[in-house]
Amino acid sequence: MSAVPPVPGEPLIAETPEKGRRTTGRSYTDRPGKVVYGLLAAVVLGGLFPLWWSFLVASHDSTILSRDAFPLIPGGNFLANAATVIDTVDFWQATLNSIIVSTVVSASVVFFATLAGYAFAKLRFRGRTPLLVFVIATMAVPTQLGVIPLYQVMARFGWTGELQAVIVPALVTAFGVFWMTQYLSSAVPDELIEAARIDGCSMIRTFWHVGLVAARPAASMLGLFTFVATWTNFFWPFIVLRSSNPTLPVALQQLQAAHWVDYSLVLAGALLATIPLLILFVVAGRQLVSGIMQGAVKQ
Amino acid sequence: MSATSTLRRPTDATEPPPKRIGFGGRLSRWDLRLSPYLYISPFFILFFVTGLFPLVYTGWVALHDWDLIMGQGEFVGAKNFTDVLGGRDFWKALGNTFSIFLLSSVPQVICAITIAALLDANLRAKTFWRMGVLLPYVVAPVAVSLIFSNLFADKYGLINSMLGLVGIDPIGWHAQRLPSHIAIATMVNFRWTGYNALIFLAAMQAIPRDLYEQASIDGAGKVRQFLSVTIPMLRPTIIFIVITSTIGGLQIFDEARLYDQFGRGGADGQWQTLTILLYEQGWTRSNFGRASAIAVLLFLIIVVIGLINFLVTRLISSAEVKR
Repeated sequence: MSAVPPVPGEPLIAETPEKGRRTTGRSYTDRPGKVVYGLLAAVVLGGLFPLWWSFLVASHDSTILSRDAFPLIPGGNFLANAATVIDTVDFWQATLNSIIVSTVVSASVVFFATLAGYAFAKLRFRGRTPLLVFVIATMAVPTQLGVIPLYQVMARFGWTGELQAVIVPALVTAFGVFWMTQYLSSAVPDELIEAARIDGCSMIRTFWHVGLVAARPAASMLGLFTFVATWTNFFWPFIVLRSSNPTLPVALQQLQAAHWVDYSLVLAGALLATIPLLILFVVAGRQLVSGIMQGAVKQ
Repeated sequence: MSATSTLRRPTDATEPPPKRIGFGGRLSRWDLRLSPYLYISPFFILFFVTGLFPLVYTGWVALHDWDLIMGQGEFVGAKNFTDVLGGRDFWKALGNTFSIFLLSSVPQVICAITIAALLDANLRAKTFWRMGVLLPYVVAPVAVSLIFSNLFADKYGLINSMLGLVGIDPIGWHAQRLPSHIAIATMVNFRWTGYNALIFLAAMQAIPRDLYEQASIDGAGKVRQFLSVTIPMLRPTIIFIVITSTIGGLQIFDEARLYDQFGRGGADGQWQTLTILLYEQGWTRSNFGRASAIAVLLFLIIVVIGLINFLVTRLISSAEVKR
């Protein structure tokens, strides 16, 4: 008699707090009121508004802002302005450069960070802990302040104005190594690595078939964040690249310097340079969100 | 060989070793020993060559007359430093940098926590709202700056016109010092508030829910729960965000550089930051020595602020333990 009721009862008791946690500790019916949605909608619209405003301005001609009334509906000039932007700065070259730099840097950061993270998380070697502490400590070092000697190094190599001057210093980051170490230490069971070794796999093959495969979810997030950071990076590319071979942010600066008064042109350029990342956001925004939230938990 | 057999001992110690003796075995042992160092070496090599070496060498350049084109000149000791510290540009840029930093970090943390609290409600279409607040993050600072310098235009700017509607005189968002700082801080906040809100949201969701139940049994309302449970539990996250934004915030360049077409930080240096000053000295005036001195000083400032952060954190956490 006493044995029978607990059996169906137990999952119920176990389930209630579980479900409760998933719905943030409140009952299902406890949806927030309109005020919460209203405030959030205001925040989201506030984030969209500057982009919408740019589109309004960019779809008229430059005289629109000096008239009495502000544009409320888009005009028909966006494509014409976009075409002028593409003509005045080397827009296609800049886009191509941004794609090359961001892709190469992301792929390289993902590969080398996974490799190092795998070593720190799963391999035993002398000096592992102090070396990992060193990697983490370097995240707090503002290496950007070394731009002057870095520029001299690039000048000596004859790399100023060349894309490799932007790519090479970014090939692997401390954050990436730390991120992958964190992930791999829990994602790969040690037994799996031992098994691969026993089967006669060399170290690099074990990494390739076990480590790299297990690292995929974290690696793709790292790749995304690196891509966004590289695409939007300005300070170092602005210093080391020439105007004939810019990335998109550097090209935007040139556009502004040449056409300051023509806001329709400048903002059309700002929008054009943002579109690729907006597409990326639509495709992978979900992953960006969970990447930020997971990274935060692990800090 | 010995290394391989250590690995197999727990599973099948009786099975004879495979036929990898001699050269193959030695190779495998070296593989096991050296591979970890090989795997982590790319980071260390790159960090030393493009990170640490330039940073240290900056100190050497700062002690010389050093021209962008002509290269190394005479050793001048601390002259670059006394020149920088004796001029008024450095102090003005320092003030601007801190002003912009405070105007961006303090409201940003407050807004981000508020937004996180909204997102932490039991929302419909959670992912939609989370993505919604993150959208500005993918707009490059350079583009943000172009857009906001238009919104904040002194003449024909949208914000001044809106202010005009409610009877406020136009503000010199570019002409005046504090308003220009507010405009630049707004750009930083625009891009990072949603991002930080998601970090806070994750931290909020990690707070054990029984703390809230306990609080509500004790009769605490929602607001009281937020102030007495959520905020104290978020403290480590707040400290983390403040520290990371200090390192980045004190090196702010993009937003200020593109706030007008000249990029010098205003006609009178109203919004000239330390990194803009560094760029001006180094690449506009070709004075690498003085630019390096600015870099060294900014580095020291960041280190000092980092130490203060660290000490404050220690103090708070030890006070916590005593309580």
